[in-house]
Amino acid sequence: MTTIIVSTLFTAVWVAITGSASFHNLAFGFLLATLCLWIVRDEMGGRGYWKRFGRVLSLLVLFLKELALSAWKVAVLVVSPRMDLKPGIFAFPLTVDRDFEITLLANLITLTPGTLSVDVSVDRKTLFVHAIDCSDIEATKRDIAEGFERKIMEAFR
Amino acid sequence: MDMLFALATAALILSGSAFALIAAIGLNRLPDIYTRMHAASKAGTVGSGLMLLAVGVHSGDLATLARALAGFFFFILTAPVSAHLLAKAAHQVGYSLSPRSVCDEMSDYEKRI
Repeated sequence: MTTIIVSTLFTAVWVAITGSASFHNLAFGFLLATLCLWIVRDEMGGRGYWKRFGRVLSLLVLFLKELALSAWKVAVLVVSPRMDLKPGIFAFPLTVDRDFEITLLANLITLTPGTLSVDVSVDRKTLFVHAIDCSDIEATKRDIAEGFERKIMEAFR
Repeated sequence: MDMLFALATAALILSGSAFALIAAIGLNRLPDIYTRMHAASKAGTVGSGLMLLAVGVHSGDLATLARALAGFFFFILTAPVSAHLLAKAAHQVGYSLSPRSVCDEMSDYEKRI
Protein backbone atom coordinates (compact mmCIF):
# COMPACT_ATOMS: atom_id res chain seq x y z
CA MET A 1 0.00 0.00 0.00
CA THR A 2 2.68 2.52 0.94
CA THR A 3 4.56 1.62 -2.22
CA ILE A 4 1.55 2.46 -4.36
CA ILE A 5 1.18 5.79 -2.56
CA VAL A 6 4.88 6.51 -3.04
CA SER A 7 4.78 5.71 -6.74
CA THR A 8 1.68 7.89 -7.15
CA LEU A 9 3.60 10.73 -5.48
CA PHE A 10 6.57 10.09 -7.78
CA THR A 11 4.19 10.17 -10.75
CA ALA A 12 2.87 13.57 -9.62
CA VAL A 13 6.44 14.85 -9.35
CA TRP A 14 7.23 13.46 -12.80
CA VAL A 15 4.19 15.18 -14.32
CA ALA A 16 5.05 18.46 -12.60
CA ILE A 17 8.65 18.36 -13.84
CA THR A 18 7.84 17.38 -17.43
CA GLY A 19 4.98 19.90 -17.48
CA SER A 20 2.43 17.73 -19.27
CA ALA A 21 -0.48 16.00 -17.61
CA SER A 22 -1.58 13.95 -20.60
CA PHE A 23 -2.70 10.38 -20.04
CA HIS A 24 0.42 9.05 -21.77
CA ASN A 25 2.72 11.03 -19.56
CA LEU A 26 0.85 9.96 -16.43
CA ALA A 27 1.05 6.28 -17.39
CA PHE A 28 4.73 6.63 -18.32
CA GLY A 29 5.48 8.43 -15.06
CA PHE A 30 3.75 5.74 -13.05
CA LEU A 31 5.67 3.04 -14.91
CA LEU A 32 8.93 4.88 -14.28
CA ALA A 33 8.15 5.34 -10.59
CA THR A 34 7.30 1.66 -10.24
CA LEU A 35 10.54 0.71 -12.00
CA CYS A 36 12.59 2.97 -9.70
CA LEU A 37 10.94 1.49 -6.62
CA TRP A 38 11.47 -2.00 -7.97
CA ILE A 39 15.21 -1.32 -8.33
CA VAL A 40 15.45 -0.35 -4.66
CA ARG A 41 12.97 -3.03 -3.51
CA ASP A 42 15.40 -4.78 -1.14
CA GLU A 43 16.36 -1.57 0.65
CA MET A 44 12.66 -0.70 0.99
CA GLY A 45 11.53 -4.16 2.00
CA GLY A 46 8.68 -3.93 -0.49
CA ARG A 47 9.10 -7.36 -2.07
CA GLY A 48 5.42 -8.08 -2.56
CA TYR A 49 4.76 -4.99 -4.65
CA TRP A 50 3.87 -6.75 -7.89
CA LYS A 51 1.88 -9.42 -6.13
CA ARG A 52 0.01 -6.74 -4.23
CA PHE A 53 -0.49 -4.65 -7.34
CA GLY A 54 -2.06 -7.69 -9.00
CA ARG A 55 -4.40 -8.18 -6.04
CA VAL A 56 -5.48 -4.53 -6.07
CA LEU A 57 -6.19 -4.92 -9.79
CA SER A 58 -8.19 -8.08 -9.19
CA LEU A 59 -10.23 -6.24 -6.52
CA LEU A 60 -10.90 -3.50 -9.09
CA VAL A 61 -12.02 -6.00 -11.73
CA LEU A 62 -14.32 -7.77 -9.26
CA PHE A 63 -15.76 -4.41 -8.29
CA LEU A 64 -16.49 -3.27 -11.86
CA LYS A 65 -18.14 -6.62 -12.60
CA GLU A 66 -20.33 -6.37 -9.49
CA LEU A 67 -21.24 -2.76 -10.27
CA ALA A 68 -22.48 -3.66 -13.75
CA LEU A 69 -24.38 -6.62 -12.34
CA SER A 70 -25.98 -4.56 -9.58
CA ALA A 71 -27.16 -1.81 -11.93
CA TRP A 72 -28.66 -4.49 -14.13
CA LYS A 73 -30.44 -6.18 -11.20
CA VAL A 74 -31.89 -2.90 -9.93
CA ALA A 75 -33.04 -2.11 -13.47
CA VAL A 76 -34.76 -5.48 -13.84
CA LEU A 77 -36.40 -5.09 -10.42
CA VAL A 78 -37.66 -1.58 -11.12
CA VAL A 79 -39.25 -2.31 -14.47
CA SER A 80 -40.83 -5.62 -13.45
CA PRO A 81 -44.59 -5.06 -13.07
CA ARG A 82 -44.90 -6.76 -9.67
CA MET A 83 -41.93 -5.73 -7.58
CA ASP A 84 -40.99 -8.69 -5.43
CA LEU A 85 -39.31 -7.04 -2.44
CA LYS A 86 -38.15 -8.40 0.88
CA PRO A 87 -36.14 -5.42 2.12
CA GLY A 88 -34.52 -5.22 5.54
CA ILE A 89 -31.42 -4.21 7.50
CA PHE A 90 -29.02 -6.91 8.68
CA ALA A 91 -25.90 -6.74 10.83
CA PHE A 92 -22.66 -7.81 9.20
CA PRO A 93 -19.84 -8.78 11.60
CA LEU A 94 -16.65 -7.05 10.45
CA THR A 95 -13.31 -8.81 10.26
CA VAL A 96 -11.40 -5.82 8.89
CA ASP A 97 -10.73 -3.27 11.61
CA ARG A 98 -8.83 -0.33 10.13
CA ASP A 99 -10.84 2.80 9.27
CA PHE A 100 -9.57 2.80 5.72
CA GLU A 101 -10.59 -0.81 5.13
CA ILE A 102 -14.03 -0.37 6.70
CA THR A 103 -14.65 2.68 4.50
CA LEU A 104 -13.59 0.80 1.39
CA LEU A 105 -15.73 -2.21 2.25
CA ALA A 106 -18.77 -0.05 3.04
CA ASN A 107 -18.44 1.78 -0.28
CA LEU A 108 -18.00 -1.44 -2.22
CA ILE A 109 -21.04 -2.95 -0.52
CA THR A 110 -23.15 0.05 -1.47
CA LEU A 111 -22.29 -0.36 -5.12
CA THR A 112 -22.94 -4.10 -5.31
CA PRO A 113 -26.16 -5.98 -6.03
CA GLY A 114 -29.00 -5.31 -3.62
CA THR A 115 -26.98 -4.03 -0.68
CA LEU A 116 -26.44 -0.58 0.83
CA SER A 117 -24.37 0.19 3.92
CA VAL A 118 -26.30 2.27 6.43
CA ASP A 119 -24.08 2.59 9.49
CA VAL A 120 -21.16 1.23 11.49
CA SER A 121 -21.68 0.36 15.15
CA VAL A 122 -19.85 2.48 17.72
CA ASP A 123 -17.35 -0.29 18.51
CA ARG A 124 -16.59 -0.77 14.78
CA LYS A 125 -17.34 -4.45 14.88
CA THR A 126 -20.62 -4.42 13.00
CA LEU A 127 -21.67 -2.93 9.71
CA PHE A 128 -25.39 -2.42 9.19
CA VAL A 129 -26.38 -3.22 5.65
CA HIS A 130 -29.73 -2.60 4.00
CA ALA A 131 -30.60 -5.30 1.49
CA ILE A 132 -33.35 -5.31 -1.09
CA ASP A 133 -33.70 -9.07 -0.74
CA CYS A 134 -33.44 -10.33 2.83
CA SER A 135 -34.77 -13.81 2.14
CA ASP A 136 -31.36 -15.41 2.73
CA ILE A 137 -29.28 -13.19 5.03
CA GLU A 138 -26.68 -15.85 5.79
CA ALA A 139 -25.86 -16.33 2.10
CA THR A 140 -25.51 -12.56 1.58
CA LYS A 141 -23.19 -12.29 4.59
CA ARG A 142 -21.11 -15.18 3.29
CA ASP A 143 -20.87 -13.56 -0.16
CA ILE A 144 -19.54 -10.31 1.33
CA ALA A 145 -17.12 -12.04 3.70
CA GLU A 146 -15.70 -14.35 1.05
CA GLY A 147 -15.78 -11.82 -1.77
CA PHE A 148 -14.89 -8.23 -0.98
CA GLU A 149 -13.71 -8.59 2.57
CA ARG A 150 -11.26 -11.38 1.73
CA LYS A 151 -9.99 -9.48 -1.32
CA ILE A 152 -9.47 -6.32 0.73
CA MET A 153 -7.49 -8.30 3.30
CA GLU A 154 -5.36 -9.83 0.52
CA ALA A 155 -4.75 -6.51 -1.18
CA PHE A 156 -3.88 -4.35 1.82
CA ARG A 157 -2.25 -6.64 4.37
CA MET B 1 -13.60 3.78 -38.30
CA ASP B 2 -15.62 6.98 -37.83
CA MET B 3 -18.76 4.93 -38.22
CA LEU B 4 -17.55 2.57 -35.50
CA PHE B 5 -16.93 5.45 -33.07
CA ALA B 6 -20.33 6.94 -33.88
CA LEU B 7 -22.04 3.62 -33.24
CA ALA B 8 -20.16 3.10 -29.96
CA THR B 9 -21.05 6.63 -28.83
CA ALA B 10 -24.70 6.14 -29.72
CA ALA B 11 -24.84 2.81 -27.89
CA LEU B 12 -23.19 4.31 -24.79
CA ILE B 13 -25.49 7.34 -24.71
CA LEU B 14 -28.61 5.23 -25.21
CA SER B 15 -27.74 2.67 -22.53
CA GLY B 16 -26.60 5.45 -20.18
CA SER B 17 -29.85 7.35 -20.53
CA ALA B 18 -31.82 4.11 -20.17
CA PHE B 19 -30.14 3.49 -16.82
CA ALA B 20 -30.76 7.09 -15.73
CA LEU B 21 -34.43 6.75 -16.71
CA ILE B 22 -34.71 3.47 -14.80
CA ALA B 23 -33.13 5.11 -11.75
CA ALA B 24 -35.80 7.82 -11.95
CA ILE B 25 -38.62 5.28 -12.32
CA GLY B 26 -37.14 3.37 -9.40
CA LEU B 27 -37.22 6.49 -7.20
CA ASN B 28 -40.91 6.71 -7.94
CA ARG B 29 -41.91 3.08 -7.60
CA LEU B 30 -39.88 1.76 -4.67
CA PRO B 31 -41.63 1.87 -1.28
CA ASP B 32 -39.22 3.62 1.14
CA ILE B 33 -36.10 5.81 1.24
CA TYR B 34 -33.75 2.86 1.80
CA THR B 35 -34.83 0.92 -1.26
CA ARG B 36 -34.91 4.16 -3.23
CA MET B 37 -31.27 4.79 -2.43
CA HIS B 38 -30.49 1.47 -4.14
CA ALA B 39 -31.92 2.74 -7.42
CA ALA B 40 -30.31 6.17 -7.11
CA SER B 41 -26.84 4.97 -6.12
CA LYS B 42 -26.45 2.06 -8.55
CA ALA B 43 -28.44 2.67 -11.71
CA GLY B 44 -27.66 6.39 -11.41
CA THR B 45 -23.90 5.83 -11.13
CA VAL B 46 -23.78 3.45 -14.06
CA GLY B 47 -26.01 5.72 -16.15
CA SER B 48 -23.88 8.81 -15.69
CA GLY B 49 -20.71 6.72 -16.03
CA LEU B 50 -21.80 5.40 -19.42
CA MET B 51 -22.63 8.88 -20.65
CA LEU B 52 -19.28 10.26 -19.47
CA LEU B 53 -17.61 7.39 -21.30
CA ALA B 54 -19.61 8.34 -24.41
CA VAL B 55 -18.17 11.87 -24.22
CA GLY B 56 -14.66 10.45 -23.98
CA VAL B 57 -15.13 8.06 -26.90
CA HIS B 58 -16.78 10.71 -29.04
CA SER B 59 -13.96 13.19 -28.56
CA GLY B 60 -11.43 10.66 -29.87
CA ASP B 61 -8.86 12.41 -27.68
CA LEU B 62 -6.98 10.62 -24.92
CA ALA B 63 -6.81 13.64 -22.63
CA THR B 64 -10.60 14.06 -22.78
CA LEU B 65 -11.13 10.34 -22.28
CA ALA B 66 -8.84 10.42 -19.24
CA ARG B 67 -10.85 13.31 -17.80
CA ALA B 68 -14.14 11.51 -18.47
CA LEU B 69 -12.79 8.43 -16.72
CA ALA B 70 -11.71 10.61 -13.79
CA GLY B 71 -15.27 11.97 -13.64
CA PHE B 72 -16.64 8.43 -13.51
CA PHE B 73 -14.12 7.57 -10.81
CA PHE B 74 -15.23 10.50 -8.65
CA PHE B 75 -18.84 9.44 -9.17
CA ILE B 76 -17.95 5.99 -7.84
CA LEU B 77 -16.22 7.63 -4.87
CA THR B 78 -19.04 10.00 -3.96
CA ALA B 79 -22.29 8.19 -4.83
CA PRO B 80 -22.02 5.51 -2.11
CA VAL B 81 -21.06 8.10 0.50
CA SER B 82 -24.13 10.24 -0.18
CA ALA B 83 -26.42 7.18 -0.31
CA HIS B 84 -24.95 5.94 2.97
CA LEU B 85 -25.32 9.34 4.69
CA LEU B 86 -28.93 9.76 3.53
CA ALA B 87 -29.81 6.26 4.75
CA LYS B 88 -28.01 6.82 8.07
CA ALA B 89 -29.69 10.19 8.63
CA ALA B 90 -33.08 8.73 7.75
CA HIS B 91 -32.58 5.89 10.22
CA GLN B 92 -31.41 8.25 12.97
CA VAL B 93 -34.47 10.49 12.77
CA GLY B 94 -36.62 7.38 12.86
CA TYR B 95 -37.85 7.14 9.29
CA SER B 96 -39.27 3.63 9.37
CA LEU B 97 -38.70 0.92 6.83
CA SER B 98 -41.57 0.04 4.54
CA PRO B 99 -44.07 -2.45 6.02
CA ARG B 100 -42.87 -5.02 3.50
CA SER B 101 -39.47 -5.18 5.23
CA VAL B 102 -38.65 -8.51 6.82
CA CYS B 103 -36.01 -7.50 9.38
CA ASP B 104 -34.27 -4.52 11.01
CA GLU B 105 -31.28 -5.69 13.03
CA MET B 106 -30.08 -2.11 13.37
CA SER B 107 -33.07 -1.06 15.49
CA ASP B 108 -32.65 -4.26 17.51
CA TYR B 109 -29.03 -3.31 18.13
CA GLU B 110 -29.89 0.27 19.08
CA LYS B 111 -32.49 -0.95 21.55
CA ARG B 112 -29.89 -3.16 23.23
CA ILE B 113 -27.42 -0.36 23.94
